[in-house]
Amino acid sequence: MRVIVPGQLHDYTGGVSRLTADGATVGAVLDDLDRRYPGLRFRVVDEQGRIRQHIRFYLNRAPATTLVQAVGSDDELLIVGALSGG
Amino acid sequence: MAMLLVGTRKGGFVLEAGSGRRRGRLSPPFFLGSAVHHMVLDARDGRTLLAAAKPGHLGPTVFRSTDLGEHWQEASRPPAFAKTESPDQGNAVDHVFWLSPGLAAEPGVWYAGTSPPGLFRSEDGGDSWQEVEGFNQGALPGLRPHIFDIPDGAVLHSICVDPRDARHLYFGMSSGGVFESADGGASWRPLNRGVVSDFLPDPEAEVGQDPHRLALHPRAPDRLYQQNHCGVYRLDRPGDTWRRIGAGLPPDVGDIGFPLVLHPRDPDTLWIFPMDGSRNWPRTPPGGRPAVYRSRDGGTSWERQDRGMPRRNAWWTIKRQAFCADAGEPPGLWFGTTGGEIWGSEDAGESWRPVWQHLPEIYALESA
Repeated sequence: MRVIVPGQLHDYTGGVSRLTADGATVGAVLDDLDRRYPGLRFRVVDEQGRIRQHIRFYLNRAPATTLVQAVGSDDELLIVGALSGG
Repeated sequence: MAMLLVGTRKGGFVLEAGSGRRRGRLSPPFFLGSAVHHMVLDARDGRTLLAAAKPGHLGPTVFRSTDLGEHWQEASRPPAFAKTESPDQGNAVDHVFWLSPGLAAEPGVWYAGTSPPGLFRSEDGGDSWQEVEGFNQGALPGLRPHIFDIPDGAVLHSICVDPRDARHLYFGMSSGGVFESADGGASWRPLNRGVVSDFLPDPEAEVGQDPHRLALHPRAPDRLYQQNHCGVYRLDRPGDTWRRIGAGLPPDVGDIGFPLVLHPRDPDTLWIFPMDGSRNWPRTPPGGRPAVYRSRDGGTSWERQDRGMPRRNAWWTIKRQAFCADAGEPPGLWFGTTGGEIWGSEDAGESWRPVWQHLPEIYALESA
Protein backbone atom coordinates (compact mmCIF):
# COMPACT_ATOMS: atom_id res chain seq x y z
CA MET A 1 0.00 0.00 0.00
CA ARG A 2 1.00 3.64 -0.28
CA VAL A 3 2.03 5.53 2.85
CA ILE A 4 2.56 9.28 3.09
CA VAL A 5 4.57 10.42 6.08
CA PRO A 6 4.85 13.96 7.48
CA GLY A 7 7.97 16.09 7.61
CA GLN A 8 8.46 15.20 11.25
CA LEU A 9 9.40 11.68 10.17
CA HIS A 10 11.73 12.60 7.33
CA ASP A 11 14.78 12.11 9.54
CA TYR A 12 13.84 8.43 9.50
CA THR A 13 12.91 8.06 5.85
CA GLY A 14 15.82 9.98 4.42
CA GLY A 15 13.60 12.88 3.42
CA VAL A 16 11.16 10.72 1.48
CA SER A 17 7.47 11.35 2.11
CA ARG A 18 5.84 8.82 -0.22
CA LEU A 19 6.57 5.20 0.62
CA THR A 20 5.15 1.76 0.05
CA ALA A 21 4.68 -0.81 2.79
CA ASP A 22 3.14 -4.20 3.36
CA GLY A 23 0.69 -5.38 5.98
CA ALA A 24 -2.88 -6.42 6.57
CA THR A 25 -3.57 -3.80 9.27
CA VAL A 26 -2.44 -0.28 10.08
CA GLY A 27 -0.27 -1.72 12.86
CA ALA A 28 1.32 -4.27 10.53
CA VAL A 29 2.12 -1.54 8.03
CA LEU A 30 3.83 0.42 10.80
CA ASP A 31 5.79 -2.69 11.77
CA ASP A 32 6.96 -3.02 8.19
CA LEU A 33 8.01 0.61 8.09
CA ASP A 34 9.82 0.21 11.40
CA ARG A 35 11.87 -2.66 10.03
CA ARG A 36 13.13 -0.41 7.27
CA TYR A 37 13.24 2.81 9.29
CA PRO A 38 14.08 1.75 12.86
CA GLY A 39 12.48 3.91 15.51
CA LEU A 40 9.71 5.30 13.29
CA ARG A 41 6.90 3.31 14.90
CA PHE A 42 7.67 4.43 18.44
CA ARG A 43 7.53 8.03 17.37
CA VAL A 44 3.88 7.73 16.32
CA VAL A 45 2.61 4.92 18.58
CA ASP A 46 3.36 4.66 22.31
CA GLU A 47 4.47 1.59 24.25
CA GLN A 48 0.86 0.69 25.05
CA GLY A 49 -0.06 0.58 21.38
CA ARG A 50 -1.93 3.89 21.41
CA ILE A 51 -1.63 6.37 18.57
CA ARG A 52 0.22 9.34 20.03
CA GLN A 53 -1.78 12.36 21.05
CA HIS A 54 -0.59 14.66 18.29
CA ILE A 55 -0.60 12.16 15.45
CA ARG A 56 -3.49 11.34 13.13
CA PHE A 57 -3.85 8.52 10.63
CA TYR A 58 -6.13 8.70 7.61
CA LEU A 59 -6.91 5.64 5.55
CA ASN A 60 -8.12 6.58 2.08
CA ARG A 61 -8.89 10.05 3.47
CA ALA A 62 -11.04 8.74 6.36
CA PRO A 63 -9.78 8.91 9.93
CA ALA A 64 -8.21 5.65 11.16
CA THR A 65 -8.21 5.51 14.93
CA THR A 66 -6.97 2.03 15.72
CA LEU A 67 -4.00 -0.05 14.69
CA VAL A 68 -6.14 -3.13 14.08
CA GLN A 69 -7.99 -1.50 11.20
CA ALA A 70 -7.64 -3.66 8.09
CA VAL A 71 -5.90 -2.27 5.03
CA GLY A 72 -5.59 -3.45 1.45
CA SER A 73 -2.73 -3.34 -0.99
CA ASP A 74 -4.39 -0.55 -3.01
CA ASP A 75 -5.10 1.65 0.01
CA GLU A 76 -3.35 4.83 1.00
CA LEU A 77 -2.35 5.65 4.59
CA LEU A 78 -1.68 9.28 5.42
CA ILE A 79 0.17 10.07 8.65
CA VAL A 80 -0.25 13.63 9.90
CA GLY A 81 1.54 15.45 12.66
CA ALA A 82 -0.95 17.77 14.35
CA LEU A 83 -0.56 21.48 13.85
CA SER A 84 0.85 23.28 16.83
CA GLY A 85 1.36 26.83 17.88
CA GLY A 86 4.59 28.52 18.90
CA MET B 1 36.70 28.81 28.73
CA ALA B 2 33.69 26.77 29.72
CA MET B 3 31.86 24.36 27.47
CA LEU B 4 28.14 24.42 28.15
CA LEU B 5 25.53 21.95 26.97
CA VAL B 6 22.33 23.83 26.32
CA GLY B 7 18.95 22.11 26.10
CA THR B 8 16.13 24.31 24.84
CA ARG B 9 12.51 24.10 23.83
CA LYS B 10 13.62 24.06 20.20
CA GLY B 11 16.81 22.04 20.16
CA GLY B 12 20.23 21.53 21.72
CA PHE B 13 23.41 23.57 21.39
CA VAL B 14 26.97 23.50 22.63
CA LEU B 15 28.26 26.89 23.74
CA GLU B 16 31.91 27.59 24.27
CA ALA B 17 31.52 30.53 26.60
CA GLY B 18 34.20 33.16 26.14
CA SER B 19 35.83 34.66 29.18
CA GLY B 20 35.95 38.34 30.02
CA ARG B 21 34.99 40.41 27.00
CA ARG B 22 35.69 37.61 24.56
CA ARG B 23 32.61 36.40 22.77
CA GLY B 24 31.90 32.68 22.86
CA ARG B 25 31.07 30.30 20.05
CA LEU B 26 27.77 28.55 19.57
CA SER B 27 27.37 25.28 17.69
CA PRO B 28 24.67 24.79 15.09
CA PRO B 29 21.49 23.41 16.69
CA PHE B 30 21.03 19.70 17.24
CA PHE B 31 17.52 18.28 16.78
CA LEU B 32 16.15 21.67 15.74
CA GLY B 33 12.45 21.79 16.53
CA SER B 34 12.66 19.20 19.30
CA ALA B 35 12.52 19.97 22.98
CA VAL B 36 15.80 18.95 24.59
CA HIS B 37 15.12 18.48 28.27
CA HIS B 38 18.62 17.44 29.27
CA MET B 39 22.01 17.03 27.64
CA VAL B 40 24.81 15.53 29.71
CA LEU B 41 28.49 14.71 29.21
CA ASP B 42 29.77 11.34 30.34
CA ALA B 43 32.69 12.42 32.52
CA ARG B 44 33.96 8.83 32.43
CA ASP B 45 35.25 9.24 28.88
CA GLY B 46 35.00 13.00 28.36
CA ARG B 47 33.44 12.72 24.89
CA THR B 48 30.11 10.90 25.06
CA LEU B 49 26.99 13.04 25.23
CA LEU B 50 23.46 11.89 25.85
CA ALA B 51 20.50 14.10 24.99
CA ALA B 52 16.84 13.63 25.91
CA ALA B 53 14.79 14.89 22.98
CA LYS B 54 11.13 15.14 22.16
CA PRO B 55 9.74 16.61 18.97
CA GLY B 56 6.43 18.31 19.62
CA HIS B 57 4.35 15.73 17.82
CA LEU B 58 6.31 12.52 18.16
CA GLY B 59 7.32 10.13 20.86
CA PRO B 60 10.28 10.78 23.13
CA THR B 61 13.75 9.47 22.59
CA VAL B 62 17.39 9.63 23.62
CA PHE B 63 20.26 10.48 21.31
CA ARG B 64 23.89 9.60 21.85
CA SER B 65 27.05 11.17 20.50
CA THR B 66 30.55 9.83 21.02
CA ASP B 67 32.29 12.85 19.50
CA LEU B 68 31.00 15.75 21.59
CA GLY B 69 28.00 16.38 19.39
CA GLU B 70 29.46 16.12 15.88
CA HIS B 71 27.33 13.06 15.11
CA TRP B 72 24.32 11.62 16.90
CA GLN B 73 22.64 8.23 16.94
CA GLU B 74 19.20 7.52 18.31
CA ALA B 75 18.77 4.94 21.04
CA SER B 76 17.65 1.63 19.59
CA ARG B 77 15.32 1.17 22.54
CA PRO B 78 14.36 4.46 24.24
CA PRO B 79 12.89 4.46 27.77
CA ALA B 80 9.40 2.95 27.67
CA PHE B 81 7.11 1.45 30.27
CA ALA B 82 6.13 -2.20 30.07
CA LYS B 83 3.10 -2.89 27.94
CA THR B 84 0.02 -3.66 30.00
CA GLU B 85 -2.84 -5.97 29.17
CA SER B 86 -5.22 -3.03 29.26
CA PRO B 87 -3.65 -0.27 27.14
CA ASP B 88 -6.00 2.35 28.56
CA GLN B 89 -4.39 1.94 31.96
CA GLY B 90 -0.80 1.63 30.90
CA ASN B 91 1.75 4.37 31.29
CA ALA B 92 3.56 5.84 28.34
CA VAL B 93 6.65 8.02 28.52
CA ASP B 94 5.78 11.52 27.37
CA HIS B 95 9.34 12.79 27.58
CA VAL B 96 12.66 11.85 29.05
CA PHE B 97 13.43 14.57 31.55
CA TRP B 98 16.64 13.64 33.32
CA LEU B 99 19.86 11.80 32.50
CA SER B 100 22.53 10.74 35.01
CA PRO B 101 25.64 8.71 34.23
CA GLY B 102 26.61 5.90 36.59
CA LEU B 103 29.91 5.55 38.39
CA ALA B 104 33.29 5.00 36.77
CA ALA B 105 33.20 1.46 38.14
CA GLU B 106 30.14 0.82 35.95
CA PRO B 107 31.07 2.01 32.48
CA GLY B 108 28.08 2.23 30.18
CA VAL B 109 25.54 2.59 32.98
CA TRP B 110 23.13 5.52 32.77
CA TYR B 111 19.89 6.36 34.54
CA ALA B 112 16.96 8.27 33.07
CA GLY B 113 13.98 9.89 34.74
CA THR B 114 10.83 10.54 32.76
CA SER B 115 7.49 12.29 32.70
CA PRO B 116 5.16 10.83 33.80
CA PRO B 117 7.50 9.67 36.56
CA GLY B 118 9.47 6.55 35.75
CA LEU B 119 13.02 5.35 36.37
CA PHE B 120 15.05 3.65 33.66
CA ARG B 121 18.55 2.23 33.36
CA SER B 122 20.87 1.56 30.46
CA GLU B 123 23.90 -0.67 30.63
CA ASP B 124 25.16 -0.04 27.11
CA GLY B 125 25.90 3.65 27.15
CA GLY B 126 22.34 4.80 26.53
CA ASP B 127 21.52 2.72 23.45
CA SER B 128 18.90 0.50 25.09
CA TRP B 129 16.91 1.24 28.24
CA GLN B 130 15.11 -0.99 30.69
CA GLU B 131 12.72 -0.15 33.47
CA VAL B 132 14.05 -0.12 37.02
CA GLU B 133 11.30 -2.52 37.97
CA GLY B 134 11.84 -2.15 41.70
CA PHE B 135 10.51 1.37 41.38
CA ASN B 136 8.28 1.43 38.29
CA GLN B 137 6.45 -1.75 39.19
CA GLY B 138 7.20 -1.85 42.91
CA ALA B 139 6.81 1.52 44.59
CA LEU B 140 5.30 3.59 41.79
CA PRO B 141 1.79 2.09 41.58
CA GLY B 142 1.19 3.00 45.23
CA LEU B 143 2.38 6.55 44.61
CA ARG B 144 0.14 7.27 41.64
CA PRO B 145 -2.75 8.66 43.73
CA HIS B 146 -0.34 11.31 45.05
CA ILE B 147 0.94 12.49 41.67
CA PHE B 148 -0.50 15.79 40.54
CA ASP B 149 -1.27 16.35 36.89
CA ILE B 150 0.85 19.49 36.64
CA PRO B 151 0.96 21.61 33.46
CA ASP B 152 4.31 20.41 32.12
CA GLY B 153 3.89 16.92 33.54
CA ALA B 154 5.13 15.41 36.79
CA VAL B 155 8.77 14.39 36.51
CA LEU B 156 11.31 12.05 38.03
CA HIS B 157 14.57 13.96 38.33
CA SER B 158 17.85 14.49 40.19
CA ILE B 159 19.00 10.88 40.04
CA CYS B 160 22.05 10.69 42.31
CA VAL B 161 24.46 7.77 42.64
CA ASP B 162 26.51 7.56 45.82
CA PRO B 163 30.12 7.74 44.59
CA ARG B 164 31.11 5.16 47.25
CA ASP B 165 28.48 2.60 46.32
CA ALA B 166 26.84 2.17 42.93
CA ARG B 167 23.90 0.39 44.54
CA HIS B 168 23.04 3.39 46.70
CA LEU B 169 20.68 5.65 44.74
CA TYR B 170 18.51 8.68 45.34
CA PHE B 171 16.07 10.66 43.20
CA GLY B 172 13.37 13.29 43.49
CA MET B 173 9.87 13.13 42.08
CA SER B 174 7.15 15.75 41.60
CA SER B 175 4.42 15.37 44.19
CA GLY B 176 6.08 12.19 45.38
CA GLY B 177 9.19 13.18 47.30
CA VAL B 178 12.74 11.98 47.64
CA PHE B 179 13.37 8.24 47.48
CA GLU B 180 16.37 6.10 48.35
CA SER B 181 17.52 2.63 47.38
CA ALA B 182 20.35 0.72 49.01
CA ASP B 183 20.14 -2.29 46.70
CA GLY B 184 20.64 -0.96 43.21
CA GLY B 185 17.01 -0.03 42.71
CA ALA B 186 15.39 -3.30 43.75
CA SER B 187 13.59 -1.61 46.65
CA TRP B 188 12.92 2.00 47.57
CA ARG B 189 11.94 3.94 50.63
CA PRO B 190 10.74 7.53 50.97
CA LEU B 191 13.14 10.00 52.53
CA ASN B 192 10.96 12.97 53.30
CA ARG B 193 10.84 13.32 57.06
CA GLY B 194 11.06 16.96 58.11
CA VAL B 195 10.03 18.31 54.71
CA VAL B 196 6.89 20.39 54.88
CA SER B 197 4.23 19.88 52.25
CA ASP B 198 1.85 22.68 53.10
CA PHE B 199 -0.30 21.99 50.05
CA LEU B 200 -1.32 18.51 51.28
CA PRO B 201 -4.03 17.65 53.79
CA ASP B 202 -1.32 16.10 55.97
CA PRO B 203 1.68 18.46 55.89
CA GLU B 204 3.88 15.76 57.41
CA ALA B 205 2.85 12.90 55.15
CA GLU B 206 5.42 10.21 54.38
CA VAL B 207 5.14 10.82 50.63
CA GLY B 208 3.68 13.44 48.33
CA GLN B 209 6.30 16.15 48.86
CA ASP B 210 7.48 18.13 45.88
CA PRO B 211 11.25 18.31 45.56
CA HIS B 212 12.25 20.53 42.65
CA ARG B 213 15.93 19.68 42.71
CA LEU B 214 17.98 17.25 44.79
CA ALA B 215 21.79 17.24 44.96
CA LEU B 216 24.33 15.03 46.66
CA HIS B 217 27.79 16.44 47.22
CA PRO B 218 30.33 14.36 45.27
CA ARG B 219 33.09 14.81 47.85
CA ALA B 220 30.86 14.52 50.91
CA PRO B 221 28.16 12.12 49.77
CA ASP B 222 26.48 12.04 53.16
CA ARG B 223 25.46 15.65 52.55
CA LEU B 224 22.30 16.20 50.52
CA TYR B 225 20.45 19.38 49.68
CA GLN B 226 17.10 19.93 48.06
CA GLN B 227 15.25 22.90 46.68
CA ASN B 228 11.70 21.95 47.42
CA HIS B 229 8.31 23.43 46.59
CA CYS B 230 8.26 24.39 50.27
CA GLY B 231 11.78 25.74 50.81
CA VAL B 232 15.44 24.76 50.84
CA TYR B 233 16.50 21.76 52.93
CA ARG B 234 19.63 19.93 53.99
CA LEU B 235 20.11 16.36 55.14
CA ASP B 236 23.21 14.84 56.74
CA ARG B 237 23.22 11.06 56.60
CA PRO B 238 22.89 8.69 58.24
CA GLY B 239 20.22 11.00 59.62
CA ASP B 240 16.86 10.82 57.89
CA THR B 241 15.27 14.11 58.89
CA TRP B 242 15.65 17.09 56.59
CA ARG B 243 16.30 20.50 58.10
CA ARG B 244 14.95 23.63 56.46
CA ILE B 245 17.89 25.95 55.81
CA GLY B 246 16.10 28.61 53.78
CA ALA B 247 14.63 30.39 56.77
CA GLY B 248 17.56 32.81 56.82
CA LEU B 249 16.63 34.33 53.47
CA PRO B 250 14.94 37.77 53.50
CA PRO B 251 11.18 37.43 53.97
CA ASP B 252 10.42 39.40 50.81
CA VAL B 253 12.57 36.96 48.81
CA GLY B 254 11.82 33.64 50.47
CA ASP B 255 13.30 30.23 49.77
CA ILE B 256 11.02 29.03 47.00
CA GLY B 257 12.66 28.15 43.71
CA PHE B 258 13.64 25.39 41.35
CA PRO B 259 17.40 25.15 40.71
CA LEU B 260 20.10 24.47 43.26
CA VAL B 261 23.85 24.31 42.59
CA LEU B 262 26.61 22.89 44.76
CA HIS B 263 30.22 24.02 44.88
CA PRO B 264 32.21 21.23 43.21
CA ARG B 265 34.61 20.89 46.17
CA ASP B 266 33.15 22.60 49.23
CA PRO B 267 30.08 20.82 50.63
CA ASP B 268 29.11 23.88 52.66
CA THR B 269 28.73 26.18 49.65
CA LEU B 270 25.62 26.24 47.50
CA TRP B 271 23.64 28.64 45.33
CA ILE B 272 19.92 29.00 44.79
CA PHE B 273 17.75 31.27 42.67
CA PRO B 274 14.68 32.34 44.69
CA MET B 275 11.40 32.84 42.88
CA ASP B 276 8.01 34.24 43.68
CA GLY B 277 6.00 31.38 45.14
CA SER B 278 3.18 33.50 46.50
CA ARG B 279 -0.47 33.51 45.44
CA ASN B 280 -0.60 31.72 42.08
CA TRP B 281 3.11 30.95 41.93
CA PRO B 282 4.38 33.25 39.17
CA ARG B 283 7.84 31.62 39.50
CA THR B 284 9.50 34.88 38.50
CA PRO B 285 12.22 36.76 40.39
CA PRO B 286 10.60 38.35 43.47
CA GLY B 287 9.63 41.91 42.48
CA GLY B 288 11.19 41.46 39.03
CA ARG B 289 14.67 41.76 40.60
CA PRO B 290 16.64 38.57 39.88
CA ALA B 291 19.38 37.44 42.25
CA VAL B 292 21.28 34.36 43.16
CA TYR B 293 21.75 33.67 46.85
CA ARG B 294 24.84 31.91 48.14
CA SER B 295 25.47 30.16 51.41
CA ARG B 296 29.00 29.26 52.48
CA ASP B 297 28.07 27.67 55.76
CA GLY B 298 25.71 24.90 54.74
CA GLY B 299 22.65 27.12 54.76
CA THR B 300 23.03 28.92 58.07
CA SER B 301 23.43 32.28 56.35
CA TRP B 302 22.88 33.61 52.84
CA GLU B 303 24.22 36.48 50.77
CA ARG B 304 22.61 38.14 47.78
CA GLN B 305 24.61 38.01 44.53
CA ASP B 306 23.13 40.19 41.82
CA ARG B 307 25.94 42.46 40.61
CA GLY B 308 25.57 42.78 36.85
CA MET B 309 22.01 41.48 36.76
CA PRO B 310 19.04 43.70 35.88
CA ARG B 311 17.93 45.83 38.84
CA ARG B 312 14.27 45.75 37.92
CA ASN B 313 11.69 44.62 35.38
CA ALA B 314 13.28 41.25 34.73
CA TRP B 315 10.62 38.57 34.64
CA TRP B 316 12.44 35.58 33.22
CA THR B 317 13.12 32.60 35.34
CA ILE B 318 15.45 29.61 35.52
CA LYS B 319 14.25 26.05 35.20
CA ARG B 320 15.52 23.42 37.62
CA GLN B 321 18.11 22.01 35.22
CA ALA B 322 19.33 25.33 33.87
CA PHE B 323 21.80 26.44 36.57
CA CYS B 324 25.20 24.78 36.93
CA ALA B 325 28.74 25.20 38.18
CA ASP B 326 31.91 24.25 36.37
CA ALA B 327 35.03 22.76 37.93
CA GLY B 328 37.11 25.96 37.80
CA GLU B 329 38.87 27.63 40.70
CA PRO B 330 36.85 29.53 41.70
CA PRO B 331 33.99 27.66 40.05
CA GLY B 332 32.28 29.39 37.17
CA LEU B 333 28.51 29.61 37.51
CA TRP B 334 26.16 29.56 34.55
CA PHE B 335 22.42 29.78 34.14
CA GLY B 336 20.02 29.86 31.22
CA THR B 337 16.74 31.72 31.32
CA THR B 338 13.27 31.11 30.00
CA GLY B 339 13.98 34.18 27.85
CA GLY B 340 16.76 32.37 25.98
CA GLU B 341 19.71 34.12 27.61
CA ILE B 342 22.75 32.55 29.22
CA TRP B 343 24.38 34.38 32.11
CA GLY B 344 27.73 33.58 33.65
CA SER B 345 29.88 34.38 36.63
CA GLU B 346 33.58 33.63 36.78
CA ASP B 347 33.99 34.69 40.39
CA ALA B 348 31.67 32.28 42.17
CA GLY B 349 28.64 34.52 41.81
CA GLU B 350 30.18 37.83 42.92
CA SER B 351 29.39 39.37 39.53
CA TRP B 352 27.37 38.31 36.52
CA ARG B 353 27.37 39.06 32.82
CA PRO B 354 25.18 38.01 29.91
CA VAL B 355 27.05 35.44 27.86
CA TRP B 356 24.65 34.66 25.04
CA GLN B 357 21.25 35.82 23.84
CA HIS B 358 18.50 34.95 21.40
CA LEU B 359 18.23 31.25 22.13
CA PRO B 360 14.88 29.48 22.54
CA GLU B 361 13.53 29.02 26.05
CA ILE B 362 16.28 27.25 27.95
CA TYR B 363 15.36 23.99 29.62
CA ALA B 364 18.75 22.73 30.76
CA LEU B 365 22.33 23.86 31.09
CA GLU B 366 25.20 21.58 32.02
CA SER B 367 28.89 22.24 32.22
CA ALA B 368 31.01 19.81 30.22
